[in-house]
Amino acid sequence: MTSTLLYTILSLSLLGGLLAIVLYFIAQKFKVQEDPRIDQVLEVLPGANCGGCGYAGCRAFAESFVRNPENPDFVCPVGGNDVMQKAAAVLGREVQEQIPKLAVLRCNGSCDVRPVLNTYDGSPSCAVAADLYGGETGCSYGCLGLGDCVAACTFDAIHINPQTRLPEVIEDKCTSCGACVKACPRNILELRPKGPKSRRIYVACANKDKGAVTRKVCSVGCIGCQLCVKACPFEAITFADNLAYIDPAKCRLCRKCVAVCPTGCILEINFPPKKQVTNNE
Amino acid sequence: MSKTFSIGGIHPKDSKFSKDKPIEEFPVPKRVVISMNQHLGMPAVPVVKKGDTVKVGQLIAEPAGFVSAPVHASVSGTVADVAPYPDFLGKKVLSVVIDTAGDEWLETIDRTHEIKHEITATPQEIFKIISDSGIVGLGGAAFPTHVKLTPLEGMKAEYLILNGAECEPYLTSDYRLMTEHAQEILIGGEMMRRVLGDVAGIIGIEENKPKAIEIMKKLTSNYLQWEVVPLKKRYPQGGEKQLIDAVLGRKVPSFSLPISTGAVVQNVGTAYAVYEAVQKRKPLITNVLTISSSDPSIQKNYRFRVGTPIREFLSAAGAMDKEGNLSRAFAKVVNGGPMMGKPVSNLDGPVMKSTSGFVLFTSKETKRQEPGECIRCSKCFQACPMRLQPYLLYQLALAGRTEELDENRVFDCIECGCCLYSCPAHIPLLDQIRLAKNVSLKNKRKK
Amino acid sequence: MDKLLISPAPHLHSKDSTRRIMRDVIIALMPSVLVSVYFAGLSALLVLVVSVAGCVLTEHLIVRYLMKKKTTVSDLSAIVTGLLLALNLPVSSPWWMVLIGCVVAIGIAKMTFGGLGHNLFNPALVARVFLLISFPVQMTNWTISNSIFRPDRWELPKGLLGAQGQLMDASSGATPLGIIKEGLANGMTMETLSQQHDFSYWHMLFGHIDGSMGEASVLAILAGLLYLLFRKVIRPVIPLSIVITVALFSGILWMVDPSQYADPLFHLLTGGLLLGAVFMATDYTTSPMSPLGMIIFGIGIGLVTMVIRVWGAYPEGVSFAILFMNALVPLLNKIKPFPYQKEVSRG
Repeated sequence: MTSTLLYTILSLSLLGGLLAIVLYFIAQKFKVQEDPRIDQVLEVLPGANCGGCGYAGCRAFAESFVRNPENPDFVCPVGGNDVMQKAAAVLGREVQEQIPKLAVLRCNGSCDVRPVLNTYDGSPSCAVAADLYGGETGCSYGCLGLGDCVAACTFDAIHINPQTRLPEVIEDKCTSCGACVKACPRNILELRPKGPKSRRIYVACANKDKGAVTRKVCSVGCIGCQLCVKACPFEAITFADNLAYIDPAKCRLCRKCVAVCPTGCILEINFPPKKQVTNNE
Repeated sequence: MSKTFSIGGIHPKDSKFSKDKPIEEFPVPKRVVISMNQHLGMPAVPVVKKGDTVKVGQLIAEPAGFVSAPVHASVSGTVADVAPYPDFLGKKVLSVVIDTAGDEWLETIDRTHEIKHEITATPQEIFKIISDSGIVGLGGAAFPTHVKLTPLEGMKAEYLILNGAECEPYLTSDYRLMTEHAQEILIGGEMMRRVLGDVAGIIGIEENKPKAIEIMKKLTSNYLQWEVVPLKKRYPQGGEKQLIDAVLGRKVPSFSLPISTGAVVQNVGTAYAVYEAVQKRKPLITNVLTISSSDPSIQKNYRFRVGTPIREFLSAAGAMDKEGNLSRAFAKVVNGGPMMGKPVSNLDGPVMKSTSGFVLFTSKETKRQEPGECIRCSKCFQACPMRLQPYLLYQLALAGRTEELDENRVFDCIECGCCLYSCPAHIPLLDQIRLAKNVSLKNKRKK
Repeated sequence: MDKLLISPAPHLHSKDSTRRIMRDVIIALMPSVLVSVYFAGLSALLVLVVSVAGCVLTEHLIVRYLMKKKTTVSDLSAIVTGLLLALNLPVSSPWWMVLIGCVVAIGIAKMTFGGLGHNLFNPALVARVFLLISFPVQMTNWTISNSIFRPDRWELPKGLLGAQGQLMDASSGATPLGIIKEGLANGMTMETLSQQHDFSYWHMLFGHIDGSMGEASVLAILAGLLYLLFRKVIRPVIPLSIVITVALFSGILWMVDPSQYADPLFHLLTGGLLLGAVFMATDYTTSPMSPLGMIIFGIGIGLVTMVIRVWGAYPEGVSFAILFMNALVPLLNKIKPFPYQKEVSRG
């Protein structure tokens, strides 16, 4: 009995050892020569493989970055500045400071301000609805509310609000990877800077029809009055195709445009409420 | 012995409730909105402006290139506007709006109803008249007819097939045309046959229209070049590729045009329009449409003027309530047949040259059910007339795998809807496949 | 005015639904269920009820509390699995064994793969094989109790009559396949075996033989097959491929040496081959999607079944054969269907 045991242990151990040695040499011979820095950069990256950088996963990003570090377009939106600095440090370099961004919906047409005219009964996908017609409302530029952006987000940072039927972005979770922007068939999601203290101002409308037409279909749409353009002291607002647009690079968050907008389509996010002017009489 | 296509297909109820309603002349509307986008290809360019007076049949827009067609006034009166107007789906399309005054036609148009049998025009003259009269495929696709009658480089036409299948449920406008105007259709077909170089002529008619088959058989007995082929009642028997397969036994190769098999297919309505254009000098300004539903009292066939608002037809057919809104019984209005037609969201939208009819559905008949899991039953595969694998294309479309979609011939999809119709799990197969197909075609055109 | 419905074409749908298909399968199984209860009485009923209830409960609990989704039992697929599992078990199966089978069938073979439409192996067969390996004694005990439904005037199987011809209370015997496997292994010939035992085809058709509940009555299975074909639930491709392969294989062997091999009809009518061919191999999720794939699938099952029956250790091979071919289905699904047009396309 014991001899059987002994023979078994000996023979299997010998076999195991032999195979291990063979495998080791094969692994060494067929080893893919690779720059060791790629693995080091990979260590630093978040590993979400979200594709927000434009590459097919973190490994692809690491490979391209190591090969071409002078290119300033390498940005990991998920990791942000910290990660990019660490990755550059592996290569003995430094990178530019990036502005934190997040996704912003340029539409504020909730059910109470944008009347619903028909009932969509097709596949619950914005792409399908947009291909078919203008949508459940009269505005053929606005949000369809079917959630292609929600499905595209891998960070659980965007959800449809059931009351307004518009998507809402959770500031802390959004990594500005751009997946929702690509998914939106109306192209009304935009990556804009978060702003100091997370404050930002933007025109929440994408309707390019004339003011009278827009007004009929949505009471908070941009009617192209251009009061905001005139009011802005920093020339940050451009006007094209009956629609105003605020350039985030020039905007200084003074809120003058918000004050003059007659429809309230310019939104100010995370500002303290304005002090009320008290009437003595 | 009825013929049919060999792959796939489904058997929906044909619901031809309106088949015995003779064609009624719909009264001239007070205002028409004539879209410049009446056909596949480049939109026509208006040649009239606000304030101009026009007569019926007068040219109001020129073609913008070879794959385009002219547009003519369907009423007489004053041009009220030339601007983008919403179509039946609310999309703004450049249109010529005419406020009707009287019903004055161009003097050159022969308005008598006598059938003119003798064809005096040469094939070249016929071709020019077809091109100048704005005739487009009236089977629904609205492809400019003169383009289809011009075989491509290296391809030769051997057959002209007139499509009298009308396989979509509910629609009976082609059937009524064949029953009431069979002779004119045959003359129009004969003219197109000559344009193509004296090819053989075939008329395909589904066997649920025995009267039409009988009439056509009797008429073609005098024409040696023509043959009537009865077809089994099946959907999509009227699809070009399926029709060619059934009638000639030839299959159109992947990503190719039907002309590559030597066959040119034209709808019987188009043949009728050709007759009117050549023999009566009347451009394409009227057509026949069906109004139908499962309600036996709402069944009509109308001869209409292009540009009439949809609302007027529904009202005349009895589908509107006292306040002028759509009767609450109906939940959906479909422009065209139930399998491939588009839904109507704007009832004030105008009808076009190739409008074939409107079908009204109750909620119970048409509301979609909640989709479930794919049970791998392969019913979609069995139903697909192009032998595609819808279950596979659906998953690839969701995942955006464009290369594999092309490998699996997504561009061959004819959007017939057989897959979605058959799926027991009610999965919205065609919705996603259609999107993927559009992307695939766009990419192919770029190359 | 109510709002108009807007959706892409098509705007009509066939009356087909998953639930309808499952309902048709349940109806098709009813003849076999009724025959089992008729011949085997209350124990059969117990196995059926426990199996169906167990499967439905397992699926409901897993979907509702583990996956936290809306319950899926209303699509009736759990009931179908329950019935099929019961028909694959001996009448005398203890209730706790049946329950374990339910948990294995639904929990392991179906839900872990992703639920309806995602499973790789046939759930009822996975459970059956699991039980066969875990509880070999209970799974090969073919006791038939004296059913209160069975009238006396029916001819009873020889095994149920004692030496003086009196009616026994119960009989525990082997299935016909088991008998011949053991007999041939002990050196007996087919003639001797058929003299000693009742291999009457009539009994096989009607269900008087011993065996698992579903394999007993061939007529009941054929009735189910006809119903399924009529309702267009299944296509005849898979059952035909299996049956033809088995018939050919056993036919060739039988013609070579009839004393050592049973005839084709015997093989077709015994051992749950028809139950497997009609109800288990045709399960949508675990069978191929294309006709060519289905033919290869059927031939494979037929071959493996016969190999196991003739040369394998088990007397019965259908369950293993089907599971084996289930594993190859994803590969078979990669076979592209015949191209619409063989000509090379332009552009």
